[in-house]
Amino acid sequence: MSNAENTAFSSDQVRHLASLVRIELTDSEVEEFRSELAGILSHIDALSEIDTSGVPPTNNGADLLNVQDEDASRPAMPRDEILANAPQREEEYFRVHAVLDQS
Amino acid sequence: MTTSDEHDLLTITLAEGRRRLLDGELSSVQLTQAFLDRIAATDDEVRAFVTVTAESALIEAAAADELLARGDATAALTGLPIGLKDVLMTKGVRTTAGSRMLDNLIPPYDATVVTRLREAGAISLGKLNMDEFAMGSSTEHSAWFPTANPWDHERVPGGSSGGSAAAVAAQQCIAALGSDTGGSIRQPASFCGVVGLKPTYGRVSRYGLIAFASSLDQIGPFSHTVEDAALLLQAIAGPDPLDSTCYDEPVPDFSEQLLRGLDGLRVAAPQEFFGEGMDDDVAEAIETALDLLGAHGAIIDRTPSMPSVPMALPVYYVLAPSECSANLARFDGVKYGYGARGGESMWADMEASRQHGFGREVKRRILLGAYALSAGYYDAYYLQAQKVRTLIRREFDRVFAEHDVIVAPTAPTVAFRQGAITDPYQMYLNDIFTIPANIAGLPAISAPGGFGADGMPVGLQFVGRRLDEPTVLGVANAYEQIAQWPTVPPPSVGST
Repeated sequence: MSNAENTAFSSDQVRHLASLVRIELTDSEVEEFRSELAGILSHIDALSEIDTSGVPPTNNGADLLNVQDEDASRPAMPRDEILANAPQREEEYFRVHAVLDQS
Repeated sequence: MTTSDEHDLLTITLAEGRRRLLDGELSSVQLTQAFLDRIAATDDEVRAFVTVTAESALIEAAAADELLARGDATAALTGLPIGLKDVLMTKGVRTTAGSRMLDNLIPPYDATVVTRLREAGAISLGKLNMDEFAMGSSTEHSAWFPTANPWDHERVPGGSSGGSAAAVAAQQCIAALGSDTGGSIRQPASFCGVVGLKPTYGRVSRYGLIAFASSLDQIGPFSHTVEDAALLLQAIAGPDPLDSTCYDEPVPDFSEQLLRGLDGLRVAAPQEFFGEGMDDDVAEAIETALDLLGAHGAIIDRTPSMPSVPMALPVYYVLAPSECSANLARFDGVKYGYGARGGESMWADMEASRQHGFGREVKRRILLGAYALSAGYYDAYYLQAQKVRTLIRREFDRVFAEHDVIVAPTAPTVAFRQGAITDPYQMYLNDIFTIPANIAGLPAISAPGGFGADGMPVGLQFVGRRLDEPTVLGVANAYEQIAQWPTVPPPSVGST
């Protein structure tokens, strides 16, 4: 199948993608990405011309399967060292804006 | 110390430094200070370092000298100064991955490769510049500043490990570590005229490497000689309980197997690596290199065809952005890194954090990945790319059934001028010859392969079978001994 007809992007599509990956974009960024993404995808679309019927996907760089670890405890990193890099902390917690509407 | 003595120190290799430290004719403090002086003298122009850790380096050097004096310096890299790409976590030392997102990150732990280099006695001089989150081919996408190519300061050093390559070429450290997802070690090594090795996927632990595309990322060395690359690989290779993608295979003695020679070596030069896109000056240098290999006993076979290899670039630009869109979801402005506050909701803060923290190239790739993974497009892009990846791997297997190694140019051009490439896809084309080895998970090295237009270095690439770093290193070493290309610019070259 060809994806060529799909590679024109609307501003709304770019905004939708940005909302999926939680990035705020300015209007000018939306316009720039709209044309750049379409440009990149026009090259990527060559993939659709390759016959891959019966070919299994490769999803790992190595041929490793079910690597298991010894079921043993080991010391965790000290809490204070981890929290030291938090943009905002409160006592032993990361602090964020309220997640749930409290009304 | 006289100037010539200092110059003498700067040209030292890890192997020679080891001998001279053990002989007691040189101290680690002397050596470390010489490189710190060199950084101070040159880095205003080269701009390879994001962070220089002079104080801790000199303390570690003094400790190394005590071990040497007592005869206890058994660790292979004791007292030898190196640099680290800023994508590797270093306990207590700011680690930015070239991103505003990590402006203030002070890691609470060391990457496994950093731990192993410490155990091997190496001394870190600091953290090296890179394209943001290792996405780029010129180091122009660093959030901090661009790095200059030591051979011509108006040109890029390549990327994403441009700081590592430039620091080694500018003699600011003896050797360095970088990371390679689609060519980020080999392409800058080629542009800066030094040795760069991407090991087999799974040979080196990635614990503590800030992840870009996890099915492709590998860590590897930069150096002036293949022998030094082997020494560094020896120090960092091998299984790690903290990285389940590492092969649980014994690590061979890489140095011992360096001297294998070229006689009867079956070298494939597949047509697809010598086709369109390559500049004439690069093609000429590579042809000369092939003739030289042939004249010294290698059997060069130009007949193999790998028809799926041209698809490696589109495969990469589906898989790598897809994986990066997932990996970079961790930067949420909550646990570490930049965190905007004051928005009307948690989501607004998160979106503002990622808006401010990520640069253009990173945002572009996250969006591209989200697209390739989204409902309706997954089969056509992501799954199809994974299947073509299988085809590419099979073609490598086929070639390696009858050949010992593949030879190819590392990059289609020499280093280009800063600001010369503005179209994203044109930038991506830099990696057409390096990406296939990442797609197939194979070891590959870029060795200095002569010079192209304007006296800029050209890299010669050797790709080997899975876990066959010994052959890759052995062939590159043999070529290096024959060709003897300089790996540092003459003193007059470089300044603008």
